[in-house]
Amino acid sequence: MGGNHTRDTRRGLSFHLLAAFFGLFVLFLYGPIATILVLSFQGPDGGLTFPMNGVSTHWFRNLFEQQAVGDFGGSFRRSIALGLAVMVLTVVFSLLAGFAFRRRFAGSGALFYLAVASLIVPSILVSLGIGLLFNILGLEPTWYGSALGAHLTWTLPFGLLIVFAIFNRFNPAYEEAARDLGAGPWQTVRHVVLPILLPSLIGVGLFGFTLSYDEFARTLMTAGSFNTLPLEIYGMTTNVTTPVLYALGSLTTLFSFTVIGLFLLGLVGLRRRRLRRAATAG
Amino acid sequence: MTATAITATGLPVELVKLRKAYGSTVAVDGIDLRIAAGSYCCLLGPSGCGKTSTLRMIAGHEDISDGDLLIGDSVMNGEPPARRGTAMMFQSYALFPHLDCTDNVAFSLKMKGVSKEERRRRASEMLELVDMGKYAARLPAQLSGGQQQRVALARALITRPGVLLLDEPLSALDPFLRVRMREELKRLHRELGITFIHVTHSQTEAMALADLAVVMNQGRIEQAGPPRELFNRPRTAFVARFIGGHNVIAGEGGQDAVRADRIRLGDGGADIRVEGTVRALEYHGSSVHLSLDVPGADDFAVILDEARFFDSPLSIGDRVLAGWSRRDTHPLVA
Repeated sequence: MGGNHTRDTRRGLSFHLLAAFFGLFVLFLYGPIATILVLSFQGPDGGLTFPMNGVSTHWFRNLFEQQAVGDFGGSFRRSIALGLAVMVLTVVFSLLAGFAFRRRFAGSGALFYLAVASLIVPSILVSLGIGLLFNILGLEPTWYGSALGAHLTWTLPFGLLIVFAIFNRFNPAYEEAARDLGAGPWQTVRHVVLPILLPSLIGVGLFGFTLSYDEFARTLMTAGSFNTLPLEIYGMTTNVTTPVLYALGSLTTLFSFTVIGLFLLGLVGLRRRRLRRAATAG
Repeated sequence: MTATAITATGLPVELVKLRKAYGSTVAVDGIDLRIAAGSYCCLLGPSGCGKTSTLRMIAGHEDISDGDLLIGDSVMNGEPPARRGTAMMFQSYALFPHLDCTDNVAFSLKMKGVSKEERRRRASEMLELVDMGKYAARLPAQLSGGQQQRVALARALITRPGVLLLDEPLSALDPFLRVRMREELKRLHRELGITFIHVTHSQTEAMALADLAVVMNQGRIEQAGPPRELFNRPRTAFVARFIGGHNVIAGEGGQDAVRADRIRLGDGGADIRVEGTVRALEYHGSSVHLSLDVPGADDFAVILDEARFFDSPLSIGDRVLAGWSRRDTHPLVA
């Protein structure tokens, strides 16, 4: 749109349109979070909407005091435990499946589509189906049983797709070099493949954890008598009418960011350690 | 580089009707080759000629479809790579990115269960050998291409191989470094006394390095011999063209080759003459390269001494008479 030749000084219409679109995207992404963050510091007499009636940390304290409204602590712990379990299982089994799919085997194509097709099944149907099945079998649905399975129907196909991408970028010459230098199959995996893939696997783990941590629909019919955090928050929106809800939102958002931050720090630390070990050795 | 720390003896390698097929595609079509212990062999050819598949079968990274591979006195067809007495240097070096130079070089010792101090000591000795001692603590990503190559060499040599396999070892380097590493490979070969098998698509590299140059085409060996023999007596038109510096012309009952630097321009003293038009001219310093359009040959090259050319210079489009002596023509096998 007439601006290519003066790219440094004048920007074309397309730049402004795309910048505006990006601005809207960021607003929709972080606007609600910012609003909730601000409202969670509502004064003790304030309501669910603006204007702010003073500024306080009243609702945060309230969150930890009263247990009548909801079991915030318990649901939070359950969500974390569930997220960690999903994370470990997702990393282990996507990696194993990734290894298996590196060799073409009879029916590998069909098996892959079967695994990935579950991504397009509406999540609430998966949830309903698993809940029903447990009912029919006379099993008690629990957050650590049926809900764990329901979450894995979501995270495993995703994990598998990511592991495929990771292996696509992995140079098989590393394995050949290891073999050439006398490493057995297990030594090759242990000393060469896993250390090289480690940063990517941490990414898969983080992905699995976050998918599980905020999963709502797949938990709805499968959690049994104890709620996970998203279910608890949803429950609270229907019967809590104070800004304590916002305090909860702020706190869980902060937690999510902390988890992501810790993972990133872990990655940076890993790289640093390798560099430092490299620098101090010899 | 000196080679005091490596005591290994070169092993002979023999390929007997060696064949590699991927499904219905034949990559290596039953080749026979004897590589003497301690020699420098270059497998040479265009991409897809089967040279890399051959090397990988020798290394044990590719299954042998048919035929036999002998290293030393033993058939090695099904042996794992580490038990063949070979070590391979990979095209992209394949240095482990998470290990520093010492740990990369010490890797094979670690797999064998050699104690930590022992393997670090031997690895640093080996790094000294390739002039990389002061980079021992660097990660591969912190090294230049040439430095990575030295580390890869050290990592291969620490296994004390009888045969060193090199897959296009110089192709990733810039031209200046390539010439230097070529010299170092040759020196290393002389000092170690082990067998080198080196895959390349560059005839210059093969000429400069090989005792035995093996020209491959479409999964077969076109010709194997010392570089000088290949250059002076190419067996087929393919070899003559691939080695370069030759003209392939129609002769009595087949094709003949004549070296481009044996062609003279003008009338004097030639047994065979052709008339052509100058299509292209290139100044190469000590020589001038001419391309002529000659009836009956798709490409006719003349290499002239610089001084001789400028005695009677030509320009593009000039008609010239090119001639050579019958002694310089060499019949080719179809």
